[in-house]
Amino acid sequence: MNATRGLSWRRLVALCRKESYEIIRDPSSIVIAFILPMLLLFIFGYGVNLDSSAIRVGLLVEDGGVEAARFATTLASTPNLAVERATSRPQLEQWLLAGDVRGFVVLPADFSARLARPNTTAPVQLVTDGAEPNTANFVAAYVQGAWGAWMQQRAADHGLKARASIEVVPRYWFNSAAISRHFIVPGSIAVIMTIIGALLTSLVVAREWERGTMEALLSTPVTRAEFLLSKVLPYYVLGMAAMVICMLVSVLLLDVPFRGSLLLLFVFTTLFLGSSLGLGLLLSTLMRNQFNAAQAALNVAFLPATMLSGFIYEISGMPLPIRLATYLIPARYFVEAMQTLFQAGFVGTVLLRDFLFLSASAAFFLGLTALRTRRRLD
Amino acid sequence: MFDRLVPLIIKELQLAVRDPQSRQLLILPVILQLALFPFAASLEVKNATIAILNQDSGGESTELVERLAETQAFPHIQMVHSQQALTAAIDQQQALLGLQLPETFSRSLKTGQPATVLAIVDGRRSNSAQIAFGYASSVIETFAEERASAAGALPSSHIVVRNWYNPNLKYRWFMLPVLVALITTLGSLIVTALSIAREREQGTFDQLLVSPLTPAYIMVGKTVPALLIAMLQGTVVAGAAVFVYGVPFHGSVLLLYVCMLFYGLSLSGIGLFISSLCETQQQAFLGVFTFMVPAITLSGFMAPTENMPLVFRWISWVDPLSHFIVIVKGLFLKGYGPALVWPNAWPLLGIAVMTTSVAYWMFRRRVA
Repeated sequence: MNATRGLSWRRLVALCRKESYEIIRDPSSIVIAFILPMLLLFIFGYGVNLDSSAIRVGLLVEDGGVEAARFATTLASTPNLAVERATSRPQLEQWLLAGDVRGFVVLPADFSARLARPNTTAPVQLVTDGAEPNTANFVAAYVQGAWGAWMQQRAADHGLKARASIEVVPRYWFNSAAISRHFIVPGSIAVIMTIIGALLTSLVVAREWERGTMEALLSTPVTRAEFLLSKVLPYYVLGMAAMVICMLVSVLLLDVPFRGSLLLLFVFTTLFLGSSLGLGLLLSTLMRNQFNAAQAALNVAFLPATMLSGFIYEISGMPLPIRLATYLIPARYFVEAMQTLFQAGFVGTVLLRDFLFLSASAAFFLGLTALRTRRRLD
Repeated sequence: MFDRLVPLIIKELQLAVRDPQSRQLLILPVILQLALFPFAASLEVKNATIAILNQDSGGESTELVERLAETQAFPHIQMVHSQQALTAAIDQQQALLGLQLPETFSRSLKTGQPATVLAIVDGRRSNSAQIAFGYASSVIETFAEERASAAGALPSSHIVVRNWYNPNLKYRWFMLPVLVALITTLGSLIVTALSIAREREQGTFDQLLVSPLTPAYIMVGKTVPALLIAMLQGTVVAGAAVFVYGVPFHGSVLLLYVCMLFYGLSLSGIGLFISSLCETQQQAFLGVFTFMVPAITLSGFMAPTENMPLVFRWISWVDPLSHFIVIVKGLFLKGYGPALVWPNAWPLLGIAVMTTSVAYWMFRRRVA
C-alpha cells in the first residue's frame, strides 16, 4: 500500500469537489443538514418537556368539614396541578385506568373528625399512576407540597407557633426557573450532530462499493489519505453549517442561554464531528453495503447518543456495567461539554476531561478507518 | 394469487437472512437494546450524591443529617465544610443537590422559631435534581412533623401514597412495554422503505415491474415480510419483558397481536409512502429518519404528551406510536380489555388505512 506517502492538493481538491457535488445535488443531504436540525431542535425543545406544568389529578372529598374544604382549596391552587373533582371512588379509578388523570387524592369521610380528635391522625390518601413513574414522582411531590402548605396555614390559624417547622428553600443554579429545555436543547444538539456525522457518512463509502465506483477510484493514483480526507472534509463543513444553524435556533428562537466561549464550542464540535464522521466511515468501510451500514449506524451511533449520553437519562442512575460502557460513547462527552458551555459557561475540570476523551475517540475512529481502508478489491 | 405472492415473500425473507451480516442486523440490535435500555433509559433517581454543608453544631442538625443519610435514594452523602466546597461540588456535578443548614438551625428549632434549610438544586439536570429535592424535602418534613408531635403540638395529618399498577415506580416496567413498540417501529419502517429503494438503486425494481405482478402484489410482497420481521422482533421483546425482566402482563395476548398488526400496517404504509418518493437508499433512510425521530420524540415516552404545546399534542394524536404505546402499556400494566384498547386502536386502524391507500396511490402513479 503506497498509502500515506504523498498528498497531492490537486487530487484532494478534485475529490472534495466531487464529493461536495454529490452532497449538493442530492436534495436529501440538504434536508438533513439544514431542515432536520431545525425541526429536531423544535421537537426536542418543546416536545421533550419534563416540566409538568399542569398534571391532571382527581380529587374526591367525602368529608363535609371545613378543614377538608380548605385542603381542597389549597390543592386546587397548587400551580403545577390541574385538579378535577370526582363524585365517587369508582369514577376516580376509571379516570386513572384510562389515563385521564395521573393520580388522585381522597379525603375520607372521617377526615375532619379525626383531625379534631387529639390522639388520631387524619390520612390524606394519594394514589398515583405508576405506569408513568416520572410523573408519579412529581404528583407525589406536588401533593406533598400542598399538604405542607395547608398544615402550616392551619397551625398559623390556630394561633399556635408554627410547630417549629422547617422550611426548605430551593435555589436553582444555572437554570433558575428549572426549565428542562435549557438542558435538553444542548444535549439534543449532540444528537443532531451524531445524525449528521455518523448516519450520513455511514452511506458514503458503502455507496461507492455498491455502485461499483470504488473500482474506478482504485484504478486512479488516489492515495488512502486523499480518499479519506475527501470523505471527511465536505461532511465536516456540512456538520459545521448545521451547528451554526443549531446555535442560532437555540439561542435566538428557543431562548436557551449560551454562557460559554464560541471558540471552545468550535473546538468541541470539531472533535466530536471528527469522531462521529470517523465512526460512520468505519461502519461504511467495514460493511460495504448501505442497507446494513445504515442500520448499524442507527444502533451504534444514534441510539447510544440518545440513550446513553446523559442527554435525558441521568448516567449516575445507571447500573455500574452500563455506566462503564458510557465512557466509550463519544456523545456522552459532547453532551456534557455542551451542557456545561451552555449553562455553566466554563468548568475547567469537566471540559478538560471531555476534551481529552473526544480527542482520543476522534483519533481512534479516524485511525481505525484509515487502517481498514484498503486499496484492493478483495 | 398465492402462487405469485408466496415466492415474492419468500424471496424478501431470504434477502433478510441471506448473509451473516444481515442476519446479525436482525438479531443483534434487539438483544443490544433489550440489554441496555431497561437499565439505561431511566428517569429514576438512584445513586445520587447530595452534598451537605452543616454550619450548625447543635444536636438537631446532626440528627437531620443522619436521617438524610439513611434515605435509600441518596447512598452517597458528601459532607463539605465551606461554602466554596459546596459550590465546587455542584459546579463539577459531583453532587446533584446541596443542602446548607445555617448556624441558627438548632437554636431556632429549640426556641420554636421556624428554621430554614437552603437547598441548592443543579438546574442543569433539573428533572432529577427536582426529584432529589422532593425526596430531601419529604425527609425534612417528616423530621419536623415528628418533632412537633413529640412536643405535643397539633393533632396531625399524614399522607398515604400508593402507586398503582407499578407499586415501586420501577422505570423498567414503563420502559419495556415502550421498547416493544419501538422495536416494532424500526422493523416495519426500515424493511419496507429501504428494500424498495434498494431495488430501485440496484435496478432490480424494473425486473419486478416487467413480471406479471401488479403494483398491489408488489406492495403486499413488501409489507408481509416487514410485518413478519417486526412482529417476531416485538414478540422477542415482549417475551423478554415478562420472562427475563418480570414485568407483569395483565392484558390479553390476542389483543396485543391484533394491535401490533394494526400498528405494523400503519407503519409499513408510511414506509411504502417514503419509498415511493425516493430514488436512492440514502433518501429512503433519511426519509425514515425524518419520520421516526419526531414520531418517537412526540410519542410521549420521553416526556408526557400533556406537557407539550397544543400543536405538538395534535401531531402526537396522528402519531401511531403514541397510540400503540398507550395500548402496550395498558395491556402490560393496567390489564386493559377491549373497551379500553379501542379508543387507541381505531386511530391506529385509521392511520393504517390512510397511509396504505396513499402509498398505493403514489405507487401506482410512479409505476404507470
